[in-house]
Amino acid sequence: MKRNVLLIAILLIIACALPFVVSNYRTFQLTLVMVYATALLGLNILTGYNGQISLGHGAFYALGAYCAAILMDQAGAPYWATVPVAAAVCLVAGFLFGLPALRLEGLYLALATFALGVAMPQLLKYDHLAKWTGGVQGIVIAKPEAPFGLPLNADQWLYFFTLAITVAMFVLAWNLLRGRIGRALVAIRDQHIAAEAMGIDSALYKSAAFGVSAMYTGVAGALSAIAIQYVAPDSFNIFVSIVFLVGIVVGGLASISGALYGALFIQFVPNLADEISKAAPWAIFGVFMIGFVYLMPTGVAGAIRLLLAKRRSSP
Amino acid sequence: MDVVLHQVLAGLATGGIYASLALALVMIYQATHLVNFAQGEIAMFTTYIAWSLVNAGVPYWPAFGITVAVAFALGILIERVVIRPVENAPVLAVVVVFIALLVILNSVAGWIYTYTIKSFPSPFPKEPLFGIRYMSPHELGAIGVTLLVLAALYAFFRFTPLGLAMRAAAQNPQSSRLVGIRVGWMLALGWGLAAAVGAVAGMMVAPIVYLDPNMMGGILLYAFAAALVGGIDSPMGAVIGGFAVGVLENLLGAFVIGNELKLTVALALIIGVLLVRPSGFFGKVHVTRV
Repeated sequence: MKRNVLLIAILLIIACALPFVVSNYRTFQLTLVMVYATALLGLNILTGYNGQISLGHGAFYALGAYCAAILMDQAGAPYWATVPVAAAVCLVAGFLFGLPALRLEGLYLALATFALGVAMPQLLKYDHLAKWTGGVQGIVIAKPEAPFGLPLNADQWLYFFTLAITVAMFVLAWNLLRGRIGRALVAIRDQHIAAEAMGIDSALYKSAAFGVSAMYTGVAGALSAIAIQYVAPDSFNIFVSIVFLVGIVVGGLASISGALYGALFIQFVPNLADEISKAAPWAIFGVFMIGFVYLMPTGVAGAIRLLLAKRRSSP
Repeated sequence: MDVVLHQVLAGLATGGIYASLALALVMIYQATHLVNFAQGEIAMFTTYIAWSLVNAGVPYWPAFGITVAVAFALGILIERVVIRPVENAPVLAVVVVFIALLVILNSVAGWIYTYTIKSFPSPFPKEPLFGIRYMSPHELGAIGVTLLVLAALYAFFRFTPLGLAMRAAAQNPQSSRLVGIRVGWMLALGWGLAAAVGAVAGMMVAPIVYLDPNMMGGILLYAFAAALVGGIDSPMGAVIGGFAVGVLENLLGAFVIGNELKLTVALALIIGVLLVRPSGFFGKVHVTRV
C-alpha cells in the first residue's frame, strides 16, 4: 500500500515535470494520452467491471465533445465550464441508454451499441441540427491561454488542466470501485442472479454504471475538443469506439491502471505504425486485439500484476 | 403512385442484399450462437478479390465462381485459425476477436487496394429486362441471384446428408458427435458457406454502392436489423426481414426522413426489436435455466 502511494507520487511528479522538458507537440500528445485514459477508464467501468459490452462509446465521446464545442461556440461559455456540463449531459444520456440496455445481454448489447456507434456521425450531420453542430464542417474553437499570467504556453496550460481533471477522475473511479459499489458491479458481472439474491439492485447498478461510464467518456470528449480545437462528425465514426475497445483490451480489463497503459498504446502505436502505411495502425490494432485475447487476457496491467506477484513469492 | 411503386421495388432490390447478408449472420448464429461482426468485411474483402479478377481480364461469371470458392475457403480458414481457440471463451473475448477481424480485413483491403472508391461491373445488361420500367436490370438481377442463392441453400440443408449433418451439429452438438458427425468441421463448413453467401451479397451490392473498404458498414447494420426483425435464429425470418427492412428503408428515406438518417433508422429498428420482441417475428423465444 505504502509503496503504491509512493509510486503514484513519483508518477505525478514526473507528469508535472514532463511538459517542461519535451516539445510542445509531445506535450499535446501527452494531453491526448490523458484524455484517452479518462475515456478508457469510463469504458472499463462498464465493460471491464460490470461486464456490459459497449461497442459504441465513441458516441458518448462525440456527445461530450459537441457539448463543449457548442457551448463555447454558441453560448460563449468559458472552456473550463463546459467540462462539467458535458459530464452531466453524458451522465443522463448514458443512464437513459442504459435503461433499454438492461434488457440486452452480451452479444445483443454489443449489437445495439455497435449500431449507436455507426449511426452517430450521421446524426451529427443531420440538417436540422446543423444550426448548432455546424453540419459536415463541424465547429472550430479557440485555444485557451494560461490564466492568471502563469508563465506557461497554451499547450502546457492545457496539459495541466487535463492532468488535474484526469487525476480527479481517477481518484473518483478508485473510490467508486474499491468499495461497495465496485464489488456490486463485479458481482453483477460474474453472477447476476447470485448478486440479486444478495440484495443488489441489478437494474439500478447496471444503468448507473452505464451513466457513469458515459460521463467519463463524455468528459474525455469535451477535453479532446478543447485540446484539438475542432470537432467534426466524421472524426467520431465507429472506429473511435473500436479504438477504445482496443485500449481496454490491451491495457487490461477491470483495472484502473490499465486505462493508462491502454491510452499510451492507442496514442503512440499508430504514430509508429503510420510510417509503414496508412492502413498499418489498424492491422496492428487488430493483431494486438487477437493476440491479447489469446495470450494475455488480463492485458498489460494483469501481466505487470503477475510479474510483481511472482517476484514477491520467490525471495 | 408510380413513385411509391418505384421505391418499393428498389427497396426489394437492396432488401435482397440485406437478406443475403442477414442469412449469412443467421447461419453462423445458428451454429455457434455468435453474431459475426466481421461478416460485412469478409464480404467486402472477397468483393475486392472479384474486382481484381475482373480487372485481370477474367470474364464476369468465372470470376464470380472463383470468388465464391475463395470466400468459402477464407471462411473455413478464419473459423479454424481464429475462432476455434475462443469457442468456449466468454462473450467479451469473442466480440473482441470479431471486431479485430473486422479491423484487420478492413485495413488489409485498404492497404492492398487503397481507399479510393472503385466502380464494380454489373453482369446484367443495360437495357430494361422484360420491358420492366420500374427497376433497373441490375436490381432485377440482384433479386434473382438472391432468390437463387436462397433456394440453393434451402435445398442443401433440406435434401442433402451433409446439410442434415450440419443442422444436427448446430442443434445438438453432443448427440451429433455421438452419431459420428464431426461437429468442429460442420461449424467450419457453416462459416465457409456464410462467407460464400456474403461474397455473393458483396458482388451484388458493389455496383450500387461502389467498392471501398468501408462500404459494408451501413449494409451490415441493416443486415443486423433484418436478422433481428426476422428472428436471429430463423433463416426464413432473416430473408423476409431483409426484404422488409429494404423496403422500409427506401420508403422512409424517400418520403419521411430523407437519406441523411438512414443509419439512424437501422439503429432505431435494432433497439426497437430488441426491446419489444427480442426473438423477432419468426424466431424462437429463448428461455434460459437458472
